[in-house]
Amino acid sequence: MKFGVIGETSEGEARVALTPASAEQLQKLGHDCVIEAGAGGKADFTDEAYRDAGVDVLDNAQAVFEAADVIAKVRPPSEAEVDMLREGQTLISFFYPSENEALMKRAAERGATLIAMDMVPRISRAQKMDALSSMANIAGYRAVVEAANNFGRFLTGQITAAGKVPPAKILVVGAGVAGLAAIGTATSMGAIVRAFDVRPETSEQIESMGAEFLFLDFDDSDAGSGEGGYAKPSSPEFREKQLALFKEQAPDVDIVITTALIPNQEAPELWTEEMVKAMKPGSVIVDLAAERGGNCKMTRKDEKFVTDNGVTIIGYTDFPSRMATQASTLYATNVRHMMADLTPEKDGKIVHDMEDDVIRGATITHGKEVTWPPPKPKTKAQAAPQKREKKKELTPEEKRAQEVEAFKKDTQFQVGVLVAGAVVLLLVGAYAPESFMSHFIVFALACFVGFQVIWGVAHSLHTPLMAVTNAISGIIILGALLQIGASSWIVVFLSFVSVLIASINIVGGFLVTRRMLSMFQKS
Amino acid sequence: MSIGLQSAAYIIAAILFILSLGGLKGQESAKRAIWYGIVGMALAVLATIFGPGVQNLFLIVVAVAAGGFAGWYVAGKVQMTEMPQLVAALHSFVGLAAVFIGLNAEIMLQDVMALRDSGISLDAADLTGFGELLWAKDAVEVGILKVEVFLGIFIGAVTFTGSVIAFGKLAGRVDGKPAKLPGGHMLNLGALVLCLILGLLYFNGAGIWTILLVAIIAGFIGWHLIMGIGGADMPVVVSMLNSYSGWAAAAIGFTLQNDLLIVTGALVGSSGAILSYIMCKAMNRKFVSVILGGFGGTSGPQQEMEGEMVEVQIDGVASALEEADSVIIVPGYGMAVAQAQQAVSELTKKLRDQGKTVRFAIHPVAGRLPGHMNVLLAEAKVPYDIVLEMDEINEDFPSTDVVIVIGSNDIVNPAANDDPNSPIAGMPVLHVWEAKQVFVSKRGQGTGYSGIENPLFFKENTRMLYGDAKQSVSALLQKL
Repeated sequence: MKFGVIGETSEGEARVALTPASAEQLQKLGHDCVIEAGAGGKADFTDEAYRDAGVDVLDNAQAVFEAADVIAKVRPPSEAEVDMLREGQTLISFFYPSENEALMKRAAERGATLIAMDMVPRISRAQKMDALSSMANIAGYRAVVEAANNFGRFLTGQITAAGKVPPAKILVVGAGVAGLAAIGTATSMGAIVRAFDVRPETSEQIESMGAEFLFLDFDDSDAGSGEGGYAKPSSPEFREKQLALFKEQAPDVDIVITTALIPNQEAPELWTEEMVKAMKPGSVIVDLAAERGGNCKMTRKDEKFVTDNGVTIIGYTDFPSRMATQASTLYATNVRHMMADLTPEKDGKIVHDMEDDVIRGATITHGKEVTWPPPKPKTKAQAAPQKREKKKELTPEEKRAQEVEAFKKDTQFQVGVLVAGAVVLLLVGAYAPESFMSHFIVFALACFVGFQVIWGVAHSLHTPLMAVTNAISGIIILGALLQIGASSWIVVFLSFVSVLIASINIVGGFLVTRRMLSMFQKS
Repeated sequence: MSIGLQSAAYIIAAILFILSLGGLKGQESAKRAIWYGIVGMALAVLATIFGPGVQNLFLIVVAVAAGGFAGWYVAGKVQMTEMPQLVAALHSFVGLAAVFIGLNAEIMLQDVMALRDSGISLDAADLTGFGELLWAKDAVEVGILKVEVFLGIFIGAVTFTGSVIAFGKLAGRVDGKPAKLPGGHMLNLGALVLCLILGLLYFNGAGIWTILLVAIIAGFIGWHLIMGIGGADMPVVVSMLNSYSGWAAAAIGFTLQNDLLIVTGALVGSSGAILSYIMCKAMNRKFVSVILGGFGGTSGPQQEMEGEMVEVQIDGVASALEEADSVIIVPGYGMAVAQAQQAVSELTKKLRDQGKTVRFAIHPVAGRLPGHMNVLLAEAKVPYDIVLEMDEINEDFPSTDVVIVIGSNDIVNPAANDDPNSPIAGMPVLHVWEAKQVFVSKRGQGTGYSGIENPLFFKENTRMLYGDAKQSVSALLQKL
């Protein structure tokens, strides 16, 4: 099959859906690649580079549409582009079907298959083609860079000969992919980062990126998580508490990055005008939700401006395009993975398997039908969020009760052992003569001392312990010494041998222990 | 030397022995404590030799000199990897000596009784110290003595042959796999019953042949028992024999009515018992099941292995180490077999010189002897303060960049945690898989001693480095 990529027509869009590297991978899947001349220019991929990677460079979009069976691009297609699609042809791009229903119907009527990269379900198997995450990652990174660019101080704290510089304080609202990327970038630039999200399960992720999770004490706090790992609208009470929390933060933070979006809805207002006014002059707000009206209602889409009290508000919506090379590389890889799933045999033949969760989810028109919205995927996006276990604080009474319980058990056990031991001893004492009992006392006490002493021995010294017990068990030599003078020659001989081997034990055991112990050295 | 003075010397010796064992709580105090033991022993031996009733001084000097020389020679020559064998061999000596002394006691008992019955006076009989003790015994005390002799000989003989087999297995001269005669433990049980019957006969006045037979049959039990236990259970076996050698000494102490022997035997016996307990706990196994040998059957289907073992070359390990900040090395018996500890030590030094944190994680049953790995690493001059126990280091694995597993298998098996059907389920293990990257140095793809598949090798963050541990580590040193 032929895989073709056309240039982007929307103004300011610099990304491209194919890179020379992804073209090479696609060819391994058995697809020939074609590209419109100049399509990669703004992302710094020259036609020459494509040709070197074995891509046919065609003069214009028309030629690509004619040549290719599968077309890929970044932004949703224009009407003109949809009209160029023929029956059976596949188009892969971002589509936002809820906003472009008419266009979708038009494509379905023409019999073309549309694969919307923004509709790829959020399951782990599909992560490699999750272009929204790729783009959000870039947006998060770039948001920090833009903020730093417009912020008059260092992000990192420094102590220099010219004085002390405090680190910048950054608040990230919304810990999706973009939010987490922003946190990672900001912490690596040395800022103090705090973050908030309505979904309590994100607290772990936030902390793992090195930021402080602003904890909102709210009973029904798991209500923020919706389907597919996205957030859902919160209750008015929750919102109120949340705003109170932000109000507290506003005068303190230097940079605010808001990334809160709820699928298919206008962005929630989280950063009110009042909070903007409370911020210090020179502070920066980057509103990544500007496309959907902004988390701050003062945000002007695609614009940067300075408020009356000196706060810069950045409302760009094209962060990924501002890093076109990186964005293109990631997007092209996502598309390439999608193609890999579409060609399971790697033989260049496309199998559009509508039973496959990922392909089904992303396909919005197929076989002259609109297939959007897709049925719910079979696999759940994320394991049920483990509620952040607030360490179960035992009440003092419970603790006390537990201690008493343990103490009782211990006492029962000890008393049991003592009673049993005493009974045995008494039985022995009842029959054994006195001379035996006096030695028996010594034996029992020595066992007791042994148990007490040996528990204290360090694990690392167990081998020396064995060697030294070897040596001192050579004390059995005493027995042989007491017998060696006997009149029977057998006794003398056996005693002689015993003395000899016991001496080996004593000398060998002690020397080898010394040798071992002298090897243990501190660094 | 008077009896009083001798008793005082014994008391001092006993206290010194206790101190010398207690001093092993730390590396530095141990170096002092060992001298307590030596002084105590010298005191005890000298007090006995110059005490009342000891004759044949010339023979004593010859035996002590010869034995001392042999001990000195062995202690200086032994490789640290051979420590388990040496310890086992020394146990066997104690066992053998206990058997001999027990037999002597019986022979002397008969002689002394004959002398006493012939009507000769105590002074004229010219007895040794022990002989005089026997002279004074009444019928009940003689009965008790016989029980003690029986116990001493029985435990001594089990210790002797058991230790000899343990020595053979550890030295590789006897096949390390569990082996049993037909009849298995019933045979042991039968032998034990036979011993008890013979003991009863002996108690009721049958001749010395009964007690000789007991020694031989007990020897068979020791041999058969240890033959049935496999290589990786050796730490338990060696500690157990350690304990037995102590009890044998204590039994002989009762026979001879010598308190110092009793005290020392009890100390050694309890020390071995505690070590066995610690080892069993570390394997989450019952003492009885270790002694009865082999791993129990599985109670259900074992976990399916997912994924595949991915091999890595030396370069891959080297570059991962270059980037790592914190490294944990997990040594096992394989390191001892390959004699890789020197190379590992050099690797440690090199990494530490580059400013990386390098530590060692030691599982209690790593190796063939309790604390075996610590001694090997100490010999290779790895400082002991970076060699940590399982409990000390297990929490640190998630924050570790690279873990290198050298020649250990079951002690890093995640199935012990995850798979209730695994034969080693519940055994505490080192959580190496929580680290970012794990390298496993291993001779081949086979399973470990227990024959259990190790899911660690199939994990995504695990890479296998096949080949001899020493060569692998040495090659790694070249690349760093």
